[in-house]
Amino acid sequence: MNWSDAHLTDVLVIGAGLAGERVAIEAAMNGHQVTILSLVPPRRSHSTAAQGGMQASLGNVAMGYGDNPDIHFEDTVKGSDWGCDQDVARLFTELAPVAVRQLSHWGVPWTRVVPGKKTLPEGAEIEDLPEKAGLIAQRQFGGTAKWRTCFAADGTGHVLQYAMDSVVLKLGVTVHDRTEAIALIHDGQTCYGAVALDLRTGGLRPYLAKAVVIATGGYGRMYGVSTNAVINEGTGMSIALDTGVVPLGNMEAVQFHPTGIVPAGILVTEGCRGDGGYLLDKNLHRFMPDYEPVKKEIASRDVVSRWMLHHMHQGFGVESPYGPHLWLDIRHLGAEHICTNLREVATICRNFLGIDAVQCLIPVRPTQHYSMGGVRTNREGEVSGLKGLFAAGEAACWDLHGFNRLGGNSLAETIVAGMVVGQRVAEYAKEASLIFPFFLVEDALDSQEKRLEDLRSRKNGDEDVFALRHRMEDALLNHVGIFRTSEALQQAVTALQDLYQRVGHVRLRSSGLGPNPELVAALRLPGMLRLALCISYGALQRTESRGSHYREDFPRRDDDTWLKRTLAYWRPGADMPELQYEPVKITELPPGSRGYGEMPIAGD
Amino acid sequence: MAERLLTFSIFRYNPATPEIPPRMQEFQLEETMGMSLFIALNRVREELDPSLMFDFVCRAAICGSCAMLINGRPGLACKTLTQDLREKITLMPLPVFKLVGDLSVDTGCWFRYLNVRTEAWIHTGKVFDPKEIEERMGNPTALEIYEAERCIECGCCVAGCATANMRADFVGAAFLNRIARFMIDPRDQRPRAQYFEVVGTDEGVFGCIGLMACDDLCPMEIPLQGQLAYVRRKMAQFALRGK
Repeated sequence: MNWSDAHLTDVLVIGAGLAGERVAIEAAMNGHQVTILSLVPPRRSHSTAAQGGMQASLGNVAMGYGDNPDIHFEDTVKGSDWGCDQDVARLFTELAPVAVRQLSHWGVPWTRVVPGKKTLPEGAEIEDLPEKAGLIAQRQFGGTAKWRTCFAADGTGHVLQYAMDSVVLKLGVTVHDRTEAIALIHDGQTCYGAVALDLRTGGLRPYLAKAVVIATGGYGRMYGVSTNAVINEGTGMSIALDTGVVPLGNMEAVQFHPTGIVPAGILVTEGCRGDGGYLLDKNLHRFMPDYEPVKKEIASRDVVSRWMLHHMHQGFGVESPYGPHLWLDIRHLGAEHICTNLREVATICRNFLGIDAVQCLIPVRPTQHYSMGGVRTNREGEVSGLKGLFAAGEAACWDLHGFNRLGGNSLAETIVAGMVVGQRVAEYAKEASLIFPFFLVEDALDSQEKRLEDLRSRKNGDEDVFALRHRMEDALLNHVGIFRTSEALQQAVTALQDLYQRVGHVRLRSSGLGPNPELVAALRLPGMLRLALCISYGALQRTESRGSHYREDFPRRDDDTWLKRTLAYWRPGADMPELQYEPVKITELPPGSRGYGEMPIAGD
Repeated sequence: MAERLLTFSIFRYNPATPEIPPRMQEFQLEETMGMSLFIALNRVREELDPSLMFDFVCRAAICGSCAMLINGRPGLACKTLTQDLREKITLMPLPVFKLVGDLSVDTGCWFRYLNVRTEAWIHTGKVFDPKEIEERMGNPTALEIYEAERCIECGCCVAGCATANMRADFVGAAFLNRIARFMIDPRDQRPRAQYFEVVGTDEGVFGCIGLMACDDLCPMEIPLQGQLAYVRRKMAQFALRGK
């Protein structure tokens, strides 16, 4: 290797979405030199796709009066089906209001309270008081006792990312976009940096740092249909798992969002239902009150998704060339509301369905959306197993969401975790010196160089990378979905094990030179298959139902046996993950009833 | 729908193999129902030529990654349906921006540079106090800022702009809109003169020759000419009245 290619920095952040940039800002404000690596320019990160908003208990609107971090805490724990770490949930709910207000200071155009009397879609009268005029407005989201979700129309992620990135620019943080970290440099105890692939040239470069942060988001694209952006391939989780000493927590906890549009899978926000939209079946019957008389359409996402699928299995789905779906009806909210607070939804409907959401029903179906699981960290973001390695946001499992995340808690998490983890990173980097064994760096680089050369020499076998990848997507989509059974999960594990054997025999059809997409796909696929096996095998072993993990053969939550977190390790040379378990920390709220999703569910 | 055989004529150049000159290459695909250029290009890559470079991220017209020249006109590929195009479709990378390879261009660095040059962040002397509630703002002001903030930095307005194609230092409609966004934001305390130092020149508002392609091409339908006129008018007012 050529040492002049090496990049040295105090803090290396992998991922430039909201969590990564917030960590970077905190570290930079503490005087550290920070470098961010990102697959794409920061403003194209998947964080920008978040629409509906960010939860923080400001209590600014009529239906939110009296809200406080205690109520937010309780909603979050119930939402998680008691799978979350309660210390983390407490810390999070206390800091969320600060995070929202700081973003306002940085330029986010939050939608504001307009005082006056209003009539809700179901007839109730409410009044927003004059003394709250001009404060940050809040809307209703699923599984919450109060209206708590702060928003900027329905482009909240976009404006948050732009404001966050403007602060990154102002602070002079170095950003290397089109750069992918493909391996961590470590000795089994300490992390020293990462080997990165330059997606402009196809060359490799080592990055060395006192502290390394993984903030690469989720892996949604491993499922055949997902609301996620195409870059969400779990790259950061993957390189952490590859170290052999870092565990991934609760990978079987996969969220399906009730309203992905059919067939494109693009998200339309939970704000549609929070603002008063209905779900209708093929008879245009509003069916959710039949299943959830209290929460109706705004129970937690796992519950609504299950009822939707259940209702379709009962034969009430709308037939289409793309399989059955249901309708989302927001017409009664009126043109003015749709064209301001749900404006991006209206645009998506026009662009991808060719319909006017003011006049027409929107075809929707539950769609893979979010990963509650991720790189296991403590409440300060320190990764288990490697010193100097941190993780934040969707890529991490610190663990705020347990087995089901509430809508509006992920945007809030990215920013709160960014603040908290960023502070710890800054402290750590202050104490640490930039030291690294030369041979470790050279070995790490050599072994990645060899992977590239092997692929480019095209001597490896005859498997096609895209074909294998589609099989992985199908295995997860068909067998590791909303309703799970031992049989289907075993089928997924078997199929994925077979693919994992075959992925060693991928042969490129192209030269693999330069910024070659086939080479990049071939480099990523083995890591994706390891993640897929962690998800499927973890789901197979967890013989209970909790939050989004619903086992038809074990339909009850089993706190006696399963009030614990799955930790998946991938030991060097292994062909299956090794699962361990750790207890879930219960500090304030003992396991009990969620208040929704209680009726017995048959998956049919 | 009658099945059509589509011919894609695509610009090819890989900087890693400079000995192969830039060229147009044709690929054929059978059209499927609801086919977008996102679906079509991925099929070309997976079935016909896995080296084909292009950029998609959100595939939902909100991230701005996939702008390209579609039959000569800048647009987002993800939301362009083949059913709206004739059987032969020409795809070229956006002009103005540096080519990464094939259909992929470096809009990221271009926008990053200009965000730094125009200091596109809130300038304020106020220090954030985590114990205080937020400062109030009228909702109409918030909506007005949101309108300008909807820009996704896709580069369509720049690629379609005659001035930007002729002179590299022109900031383009995206940045005049960005300036307007900060001018209407009461949190930004920059004196007016400071904005105009950046854009009160031929590189800024006076570089525009009024062909209005930016306004026609913006996939977010931001009224770019209106925003430009706003900045220009505020400048004239400032010059005449000094405020």
